[in-house]
Amino acid sequence: MDTRTKNVSLGDLQEIVGEEHAREATPDDAVDGVGPSFVAEPGSIEETSELLRFAAEEGLAVAPRGGGTTLSLGNPPREVDLVLSTARMDEVIEHVPGDQVVRVQAGMRLRDLQERLAGSDQMLGIDPPETDAGATVGGVVATNSSGPRRHRYGTVRDLIIGITVVLSDGTVAKAGGKVVKNVAGYDLSKLFTGSLGTLGVIAGCNFRLHPRPEAARAVAVELASTQAAGEAAQAVLHAQLVPSAVELRWGEEERHLSVLIEGIPPGVEAQSDTASYLLRGFGEVRTLTDEEAGAPGPLAVPGSPAGDEVSLKISAPPAELTGVLDSTLGACSRRGVAPRITGHAGIGVTYVALPGGDEDAHVQIVEELREIWTRRGGSVVVRSAPRSFKERVEAWGPLGSRLELTRRVKEKFDPRGIMNPGRFAGGV
Amino acid sequence: MEREVLIRTMRSILGPEGVISEREQLRSYECDGLMNYRVIPELVVLPETAEQVQAIVRVCYDEGIPFVARGSGTGLSGGALPVESGILIVLSRMRKILEVDIPNQRVVVEPGVINMWVSNEVADAGYYYAPDPASQIVSSIGGNLAENSGGVHCLKYGFTTNHVMGAEIVLPDGSMVNIGGGKAPDAPGYELLGAFVGSEGTLGIATKITLRIVRKPESVRTLLAAFKDTEEAGGAVSGIIGAGIVPAAIEMMDALCIEAVETAVHPGFPQAGAILIVELDGPEAEVEHQFEQTLKICEENDASEIRVAEDDAERALFWKGRKAAFAAMGRIANDYYVQDSVVPRTELGKVLKKISELGEEYGMRVANVFHAGDGNLHPLVLYDNNVPGEAEKAEKLAGDIVFTCLEHGGSLTGEHGIGEDKKKYMPKMFTTDDLNVMQLLRCAFDPHQICNPGKIFPTPRLCGERPGPFRMHPVQKAGLAENF
Repeated sequence: MDTRTKNVSLGDLQEIVGEEHAREATPDDAVDGVGPSFVAEPGSIEETSELLRFAAEEGLAVAPRGGGTTLSLGNPPREVDLVLSTARMDEVIEHVPGDQVVRVQAGMRLRDLQERLAGSDQMLGIDPPETDAGATVGGVVATNSSGPRRHRYGTVRDLIIGITVVLSDGTVAKAGGKVVKNVAGYDLSKLFTGSLGTLGVIAGCNFRLHPRPEAARAVAVELASTQAAGEAAQAVLHAQLVPSAVELRWGEEERHLSVLIEGIPPGVEAQSDTASYLLRGFGEVRTLTDEEAGAPGPLAVPGSPAGDEVSLKISAPPAELTGVLDSTLGACSRRGVAPRITGHAGIGVTYVALPGGDEDAHVQIVEELREIWTRRGGSVVVRSAPRSFKERVEAWGPLGSRLELTRRVKEKFDPRGIMNPGRFAGGV
Repeated sequence: MEREVLIRTMRSILGPEGVISEREQLRSYECDGLMNYRVIPELVVLPETAEQVQAIVRVCYDEGIPFVARGSGTGLSGGALPVESGILIVLSRMRKILEVDIPNQRVVVEPGVINMWVSNEVADAGYYYAPDPASQIVSSIGGNLAENSGGVHCLKYGFTTNHVMGAEIVLPDGSMVNIGGGKAPDAPGYELLGAFVGSEGTLGIATKITLRIVRKPESVRTLLAAFKDTEEAGGAVSGIIGAGIVPAAIEMMDALCIEAVETAVHPGFPQAGAILIVELDGPEAEVEHQFEQTLKICEENDASEIRVAEDDAERALFWKGRKAAFAAMGRIANDYYVQDSVVPRTELGKVLKKISELGEEYGMRVANVFHAGDGNLHPLVLYDNNVPGEAEKAEKLAGDIVFTCLEHGGSLTGEHGIGEDKKKYMPKMFTTDDLNVMQLLRCAFDPHQICNPGKIFPTPRLCGERPGPFRMHPVQKAGLAENF
C-alpha cells in the first residue's frame, strides 16, 4: 500500500534520489522518539537541493541525519516527516597535505577521515566521544561536538574554514574557502556550527588540519577533595605547559585529574615531568596507561541514542571547577543520586550522568544546577534523557537577550520552519 | 530629521563635547587607513558609554539614518568609510579595561581599547593577547573584532575570532544583546558571536568585549634566513611545515621589500633575493628540538646566511624590519597599493612567479611581504600618483593579482577585510546565491540596513521588511541597492 504523508508518497522521493535510496521509515529512524514517514539518502548536493525544495513545497518537516549518534540531543522535534541522511555523501573532496587543509563531504565518518589523514601524519583536531560510534563530519559540525583535545585545538568553530550548505528552499551556498586565513564575507561556517540542522543541511565542510603528534603521555593526580580538583586544574592552566587535554574524572571509583601531553618525544618527556611535579602538591601522581587515558566518559556510551540516562553538560568559568563539583555533588546527594562526572577541566565544561530511575530527583537536580550556573554566566544543557524527562525539562535552558535574534536568524534561513522544528535552543 | 534637530538630539545624549558638526572637523574622519575613498559624514559622535551608543543607534533606527562605527581608523579596506548623510560613531572614547580575570584567562574591555594595552595589562601575570596585527599599537579591539584581524603570529594561535569569547552588542534597532559565553564556554544557541566577529561593522556595534588571554611561552626562538630567491625560501617553508612543525610565525620578504625596509629602519638585513623570519615558541624541550630541525631545513634549502636572534633585542630588530614593511615603501616609491589576498600554501611558488610576470607586463614594481605559513600575500604595487594614469594602472594590476590568487584556490582577503575596497571583486569568489545567503544574516541583524550600509556586498539585498518607521529606504534612496 502506498503510504502518503501530507500528500507525498514514497515514489515522489524515489523520483528525486533513485528507487533504492528512499524508503519508508522504521521505528529505528525515530528522532528522539518522533517517528518520520520516510528516509531519503541523496547522493549529491543537487539531489539534496531538489529534495529540500520538494519538502518545502509539500510542507514536510525534515530532520537531517549523519551517523545518527546524537539523535537524542536537544528537545524532541515538534514533527518529522522526512529523515534526510547524508550517508551517501561520504568522500574526501580534496586533501593537499602541504596545505594542511581538507575538504570533505558531510556524510563522511569522522573516524574514516582521521584514518585517511593519518596516512599523511595529519589529523583534524576534533575528538568527540561519538567518533567510534560512527559520527559523521557533518553531524559533528551540526552538533558542535567536542572532546578532550579541545583544550589545545579548540572546537569545530576554531577549525572549520569553509562550508557548503543547502537551505530549505533548495538554495545551495558556500562560505569561507580552502585557505586557513580568510575574511571575505560572513563566516557562515561558524553560524552553522552547532545549529543542529535547523538552518539547513550541511553538505560539505573544509577544515584546517594539524600534524599528528608522534608521542603521548598522560599523568594523573588522585584527588581527595573538590578543592584539590579546582586547585590542580588552576595550577596546570597557569603553567607554561601546552597540554592537549586536562580531564577530570569524578565517580565512586576514581577521582582524578589527568594531563595529556602530546608532541615530539623529547618534548613529551620534559613536559610530563613538569606536569608530574606540578600535580604532586595535590595528591598522588601516576602515569596513566593508554587504556585509562583513552577511556570514555559517561557520555561516550555508544548504542544508546535513545538516551535512557539523564546526562548534562555544565558550562561555567573554568576557575569555578570546585564550585561546579560542589553544587553538583550537593544537589545529587540530597536526593540520593550518585552522579558520574567527567569534564574538560581547563575549559569549564563538565559532563554529569545521573543514573537511577528517580525522575523527580533528576528534574530537581537539573533545575537547581541550571538556576545556579545560569546566574553565574554559564549554562546547563540536557545532552540526553528519556522522553518523559524531556517533557518536564527544556533541553537548552534560557537564551536571555539572544532569544529574539535567534528567532530572527531562524526565520530568515528557514522561513517555512521545516528544518528540525523545535529541537534547538529558543524553540527554533 | 532636520540637521539642526539631529545635532540637538545628539548633544542631549552626549553633551556638546561628544558631537562634531563643523565641516572642517568632520573632514578628519573622511577616510580610514585606506585613503583612496573619502566621504564626509553628516555628523561625528563620540559616545563614552554603551548606553549612549544605544541611544544614538535608537535615534538612527527611528529616523532611518545610516550609521558607521569606527575605532582607531586604521583599517585598510575602507570598512569605516563614512556614509554620506549618515552618522559616524567613533568609539575611541570608550577605552576602559573593565576587568582582568587571570584565573579564567579573560580580559573584559570597551571597544576603543588599543590592542597592545591588553598585552601590557596582563604582562606581569605572564600573559598576553595573541592576535597581533601590525597596527597593534594604535588599532582598537573593537576594530579588530569587526575585521577579524590577523597578524604575524596567527598561524599558530589563530585570529581575533579565536580569541573573542563574548560581546555585548547594540543591534541596529538599538536593542542590546549578549552573544558568546564570555567566561563560560559553549553558550547554547546559534554561534552568533562567530558570525558577528569579522562582519565589518555591518551587524551592530560591540560595546563590551571579553577576550581570551594566552600564557606566555616558556621559550621563544627566532631566526632570519637569507635565500637566493623567493622560490628557495618557499622550499624552506614547505620543508618546515612538512616536518610537522607549527611555527609561531613564518614571514617572507622579497628583494624589493628588503631594500625598502633597509633604507627606512636599518635593521641590518642581509642583501638577498628573499628572507624568511621564522619564530618558534612553546615548551623549551620541544622548541629546542624543532629549532635545530628548522635550521637544518634552511641549510638544506641553500640559505646563504642564517642569523639566530640571541636575545629579545635582536628578535625585536628582526620584527621591527618586518612590521615596518608597508611604511617603508614610502622610501622607494611615492605611492603604493596594498593587496591582502591568500593562496593555498602549496600554490605560493606559482603565484609569486605569476605576480612577477604581471609586474613586468604592466611595467610596474611589485614588492612582496607576506605571511608565508598561511599563504597570506601582501603584494605592494608601487606607483607614482603624480604620473597621470599610474594610480588606475596600479589598481588594475592589483586586481589582476587578486584574480590570480582566486584562480589558485585562494581568497580576496586574509585580514584586511572587504569593506568598500574589494566588494566589487566579491562575485569573483562567490556566486549570487552565496552572497544572498550571507545577506540573510544581515537581514536578521539589520533588516533596515542602516548599519554600515554599502560595504562588503556589491549588490545589497533588501530584506522584504515592511518599511516600518521609514519614509523611504535610505540605502535605496542613496542608489546603493536594488530591490529583489
